[in-house]
Amino acid sequence: MKVRRKGPSMFLRMLWRAAVLRKRTALSALLAITVAAAAATAMLNLFVDVQAKLRKEFRGFGANIVMEAKAGESFSAADLTRIASTVGNRALAVPFGYAVAHTESGESVVVAGTDLDLVRRLNPWWSVSSWPAHTDDALVGVTAAPVVTPNNSRFALSYQGRALQLTPAGTVRTGAGEASRVYISLNDFESWTGLQPSVVEIAAYGSATEVTSLLSTLQRNLPNADVHPVRQVTEGEANILSKTRSTLLWSSVFIISTAALCVLATLTGWLFDRRRDFAIMKAIGASDRTIALFISGEAAVLAFIGGLFGYLAGIGIAAWIGRANFNAAVSPRLDVLPPVLIGSIAVTLLATLLPLRLLRQIQPAMILRGE
Amino acid sequence: MFIRLVYESFRRQTRRKLLVAVAVTLGAAVATAMIAVATDIGDKINRELQSYGANLVVTPQDDTLEVQIGSVNLKPSGGAYLNEADLPKIKGIFWRNNITAFTPELPVNANLGDSNVTLLGTYFSKKLTFGKEDFTTGARGTFPWWKVQGEWPADDSSDVLVGERLAAERNIDPGQNLQLNGKQYRVVGILSTGGIEDHEIVAPLFIAQELLGKPRAVDKIFVSARTKPEDAFARRNPDQMTPADRDRWYCSAYPESIAYQIQEVIPHSHAEQIRQVQQNEGNILSRVEGLMLLITLAALFTSGLAVSAAMATAMFERREEIGLMKALGAGQFMLSAIFISESVLLGCAGGLVGFVAGSLLARKLGAAVFGSAIAVAPVVLPLVLGIAVLVSFIGSAAAIRMGVKYDPVHALRGIV
Repeated sequence: MKVRRKGPSMFLRMLWRAAVLRKRTALSALLAITVAAAAATAMLNLFVDVQAKLRKEFRGFGANIVMEAKAGESFSAADLTRIASTVGNRALAVPFGYAVAHTESGESVVVAGTDLDLVRRLNPWWSVSSWPAHTDDALVGVTAAPVVTPNNSRFALSYQGRALQLTPAGTVRTGAGEASRVYISLNDFESWTGLQPSVVEIAAYGSATEVTSLLSTLQRNLPNADVHPVRQVTEGEANILSKTRSTLLWSSVFIISTAALCVLATLTGWLFDRRRDFAIMKAIGASDRTIALFISGEAAVLAFIGGLFGYLAGIGIAAWIGRANFNAAVSPRLDVLPPVLIGSIAVTLLATLLPLRLLRQIQPAMILRGE
Repeated sequence: MFIRLVYESFRRQTRRKLLVAVAVTLGAAVATAMIAVATDIGDKINRELQSYGANLVVTPQDDTLEVQIGSVNLKPSGGAYLNEADLPKIKGIFWRNNITAFTPELPVNANLGDSNVTLLGTYFSKKLTFGKEDFTTGARGTFPWWKVQGEWPADDSSDVLVGERLAAERNIDPGQNLQLNGKQYRVVGILSTGGIEDHEIVAPLFIAQELLGKPRAVDKIFVSARTKPEDAFARRNPDQMTPADRDRWYCSAYPESIAYQIQEVIPHSHAEQIRQVQQNEGNILSRVEGLMLLITLAALFTSGLAVSAAMATAMFERREEIGLMKALGAGQFMLSAIFISESVLLGCAGGLVGFVAGSLLARKLGAAVFGSAIAVAPVVLPLVLGIAVLVSFIGSAAAIRMGVKYDPVHALRGIV
C-alpha cells in the first residue's frame, strides 16, 4: 500500500472543519473583517476620487487662466487655433472680443463677441433667461437692458458708424460687470466691428501643478500674449481642497483604525473561544508551532475572504456616496484592493499574535478539565 | 442576587469585558467625532470660502452703465454715488455678525505724466465705529488674494499702491513719488491681484474722492458675508410672502435676505449677490457637507456592525456559563436579563468614554485642519449613548437568544 502524504490535505481539512463547525463565531469574525475592509475600501476610494470630483465642482467658478493680447493687439485666427491645440482637452478656452458701441440714444455700452455655447459651459453661474440661438441674437445684461432696449424689442447699435440690428434673446444676471454688457456671437462681432478677440478665458482642469504647467506652455507657445492665473479662483480652490482633503484623511484614519481594532477584539474573542480545541490538539501531540501555523492559516483565510467581500462592499458604499453627493459614481479603483487585502491579513495576524502567546502557556489538562 | 451576578461578571472577567468595551468605546468615539465633524464642517468650510472674497455688491440705485474693457474705464462721470457715511450701517443689519468685511471702491481717472490711468480709492484696513462697536474692515478682508510687495498704505495717508503690470510698464518702484493730477503721492508697495487692479493705482478712498472732487462719494461696496446656500424659498420675492414666511426669510442668512437688509440701511442702493462667488460657494459648501454627512452615516453603520460582531463573539464565548446557569435552574427571562443588562452597561460605559474621546478627536481635527476647534454639541451625548447601547444590545441579542435556547448538557460538555 502506498503511503499517502496526509500533511497538506489534513491541514486543509482541519481548516475547513473548523470553519464549518464553529460557523457562528467564524461568521462574526468574518463579518468584522468584511466591515473593516469595506470601510477601508470606501474611504480610500473616496479619498482618491473626491479630489477629482471637487475639482470639477470648483471649475464652476469659471476661468482660472486669462490670456490677454498686448495693448492694441488681438488674437488672430491662427493664434486661436494654436491656443486650442495647446489646451486640447485639458481645458476649456473661450475667446472674447470687446468694443464700445453706441445706442440709438447715444449712450456707450460694451459689446462682447464670444462663443456663447462655450461661455455657457465656462460660467455656469450666469443666470440667463434664455440663451441666443440665431445670428443677430444678443444676450443683454440686466443693467444694460433698460438702456439698449427699453421695451425689449429689436435694437440697433453702432460702432464707428456701422450699425448692427440685434434681437434681444435673453438677459444675463451675474452681479458683476457682465450685467452691463451686450453679448453677441463672435462671427457677428467680427464682421460688424472688424475686431478680433483680445482676451481668452481658460478653465483648466486638473491639479494646481497641471494648471501651472498649462499656463507656462501657453506662455511659451504664444510669447506675445500675456498669460496669468486668476488668483482669486486658484488660491481659494487650493485652500478649500487642502482643508477638505485633510478632514477626509483624518476621518479615514479614525474610521479605519476603529474598524481594525474591532477586528482585533473580535478575533481575540474568537481564538479564546477555541482554547479547548487547541488544548486537544496539544494533548494529542501538536507542537506549539503547528498550532500557531494552523491558527495563522485559518486567520489568513478568513482575512482574505473578508477582505475580498469588504472590498466589494466598500466599492458599493463609495459609489453610493459619489452618486448621492456628486451625481457621478466614484469609479472603483483596483489599486485599492492590494492594500485592503494586505491590511486585513496583517490586522488578523496581529490579532492572533496576542492570544498565541497565551495559548503557548496552555496546560491541556487544565483547559480540558474546564478550569 | 441579580445585581451581584452582573457585578461579579464584570469583576472576574475583566479581560473579556475589556476587549468588548474597547470596541464599543472606539465605535462611540468615531461616531462622536464624525457627527461633530459633519455638523460643523459647513461652518468651517464657509469660513474658508471667504478666501473667494466678497459675495455681495452694493451699487447706487440709478447708476449709469458701466463702460469698462479690461482696465480701461470709459464710464461717464456724473453718475450716482453712495454716501461713505452710510457704510458703517452695514454692521447694524440683522445678520451683522455674518458680515465679515466690506470694502468701498471709487475708481477715478487720473493723469500720470502724460497719460491716463485709473486710480481706485478703497479702504485697506480702516477702523470704523457703529454704535458702540468698533471694527476694522477693508480690502485686506474682502480680497484676501491681494498681495503687496512692500507695505500696505495706511487709510489716512497719501501713500498709494501701484498694480504690478502698471508698475512694470512705467518702471515704478516702491519708495518712489508719483505725480497724479499735479499732486505728489508716495508709492509704498506693488500690488498683485491677478485682476484689473494690476493695471491700476490703488489708494486710500479719500484720495480718489479728492481727485473726483466729490467728498464722501463711493461707487460700489463689496461685502463679504457668510451665507447659507440659496434654495427655492430664498429666491422668492419677500414682498409677496405671508408675514410668517417673510419673517422666516428675513431671519435666514440667505444671500438674498442679507442683500435686502443692506438695501434697507443704505439709501438709494441696490445690493446684489456676485453670482460667480455666491453660487459656487453654495455649491461647494453643500457638496462638502453632503460628503461628510454620507461618510458619517457609513461610519456609523460600519462601526455599529463591527461593534456588534465583537459583542457577538464575546457572548458566544460564554455558552458554558449560560449552560451552567441553566443547569442550576435559571429561567430564560432571568438569563436574558443578566446578559442584556451586562451589554447595556458595557454600551453605556463605552459610549460615555467614547463620547469624551471622540470630542477630543474632533477638537484635535478642527485645530489641526481649520485652526479652530470643532465643538461637540451636548445633544450628541444622548445620541451616541443611545446608539452605543442599541448596537451592544443588537450585537449580543442574537448570541444570547441562541445561548438561552441551548441545551445545558451540550454547553457543559463543550459541544457546539
